[in-house]
Amino acid sequence: MLPGFELALGFTLLYLSLVVLVPLSAVFMKSFSLTFGNFVETVSAPRVLASFRLSFGASLAAALVNSVFGLLVAWVLVRYRFPGRKLLDALVDLPFALPTAVAGIALTSLYAANGWIGGLLEPLGIKVAFTPLGVLVALVFIGLPFVVRTVQPVLEDLEPELEDAAATLGATRWQIFTRVIFPALLPALLTGFALAFARALGEYGSVIFIAGNMPMVSEITPLLIITKLEQYDYAGATAIAVVMLVTSFALLLFINWLQWRTRKHSDTR
Amino acid sequence: MHGLRAVLGVVLAFAASAALAQVTLLNVSYDPTRELYQEFNAAFAKHWEATAGQKVIVRQSHGGSGKQGRSVIDGLQADVVTLALAYDIDEIAERGKLLPADWQKRLPHNSSPYTSTIVFLVRKGNPKKIADWDDLAKPGISVITPNPKTSGGARWNYLAAWGHALKKSGGDEQKAKAFVTALYKNVPVLDSGARGALTTFAERGMGDVFISWENEAFLAVNELGKDKFELVVPSVSILAEPPVALVDKVVDKKGTRKAAEAYLKFWYTAEAQEIAAKHYYRPVDAEIVARHVSKFPKVSLFTIDQVFGGWHKAQKIHFADGGVFDQIYSRK
Repeated sequence: MLPGFELALGFTLLYLSLVVLVPLSAVFMKSFSLTFGNFVETVSAPRVLASFRLSFGASLAAALVNSVFGLLVAWVLVRYRFPGRKLLDALVDLPFALPTAVAGIALTSLYAANGWIGGLLEPLGIKVAFTPLGVLVALVFIGLPFVVRTVQPVLEDLEPELEDAAATLGATRWQIFTRVIFPALLPALLTGFALAFARALGEYGSVIFIAGNMPMVSEITPLLIITKLEQYDYAGATAIAVVMLVTSFALLLFINWLQWRTRKHSDTR
Repeated sequence: MHGLRAVLGVVLAFAASAALAQVTLLNVSYDPTRELYQEFNAAFAKHWEATAGQKVIVRQSHGGSGKQGRSVIDGLQADVVTLALAYDIDEIAERGKLLPADWQKRLPHNSSPYTSTIVFLVRKGNPKKIADWDDLAKPGISVITPNPKTSGGARWNYLAAWGHALKKSGGDEQKAKAFVTALYKNVPVLDSGARGALTTFAERGMGDVFISWENEAFLAVNELGKDKFELVVPSVSILAEPPVALVDKVVDKKGTRKAAEAYLKFWYTAEAQEIAAKHYYRPVDAEIVARHVSKFPKVSLFTIDQVFGGWHKAQKIHFADGGVFDQIYSRK
């Protein structure tokens, strides 16, 4: 074992406890003030279930969209040299920096029926703002940097010699991408996916403006938590939060496991 | 050494006298009262320095009424709370035990020194000919109002609609429910707060009518353009009472009771009542009301106590989980 392990581990545990575990356990404690029956009743109400479907569904979809297009953006930024590349690179981080409410209002004004994009889609019968589709748009916006920023450094470190070697061995471009490049990027892509997903799940500020917030249709789970809090129903709010926490933790663990497997797989090959 | 001590003594004495001569109050209020309280605070500071010889600095905190109430329960050191509805202060009394349960009886007019009512904002020229509540429930009319479950202010909107239908049907609850259901079927977007809903109506161009507090409707017309929107006052509406209260536990701990009490009492002076009127809140002082009859149209007003038996009952029956408002949306 490396020297300093105990001290470093002790510090890590303390830090994680203070920053993550203690606040989260407070959430669990508060939800314990409900009886089990009440807890189940709260989290299985039709409106709550509908919000879980929307929140988890839209977050997963947004993370998927970002995985595809984020990879594309990272690819372009790493592999090509063109004027304005640095500027484009900086743009990627903007969703990080922008206050989410600003993002929400901006997106809503774009996608509303009288907005630039919404005005073009309206004649086609596509409504984005104030529908679940609007939720997806907002979540794609806030999640993009996570994928780009995790894939980019790995892509930069990828040795071009590998691709040259593959080419000399007679691989087609498609084969080079699917057999050489993609497996090397997959662990980073999975991380980016997980981060974008987790971020989307907890997002409130930007979604609330574009969602329309109609019960059973476009209410996200964080909104229902706020609704409970407005009734001073702390226990009910934390009950929903607990379900969200446990589910997202399980999903993140699963993604980490996938990532561990793909890494092991590519190492042994 | 002596010199230093003397200097230190002078500094300390100065600091002590400065502390005596100055008091800081925190007023935790709801969203649209920012400008109102800026002016009121300045007037009170002048008044307090003249009468008590003490400088007073009033800090303001604004946010959604319910969120502000929770902050006070969770420990925000508010000397006074001035929120959108009595329910939020009731909860501070009940859950936080920071003030007595009968707080609303301590000041005149249900502790509401300024009031408002619920009116309609329509597009210029009133193209859909919206004149009264019944028009809002007609098919083909699109109504913008925030979600009463997340917006305290929007609860008044809902209750005003209910009260109208109840009065019209001679107290038939089923008819009132049918009317409110039809009205909310016409609502395409439920924003979480009043400001967001106004943006939806004014900037996104959605809806034919926006249900609003009167003072906010006045502001909206002034800010967004008299050429774009106009106000429609229904025949009957609710008296919206945004109450004020002293937070006893906090003022006693901080030793600010005297100034905080005077702060709230100052609302009932002619000077402060004029400030309320200037910011489009209806004054409660009959004499000041008389001066502004042209500004505030006559509406037949009912109170929440008359029609709903107070906030606690209204909250429980209409806005709690599984309440009437939820039933509107679960009966699809």
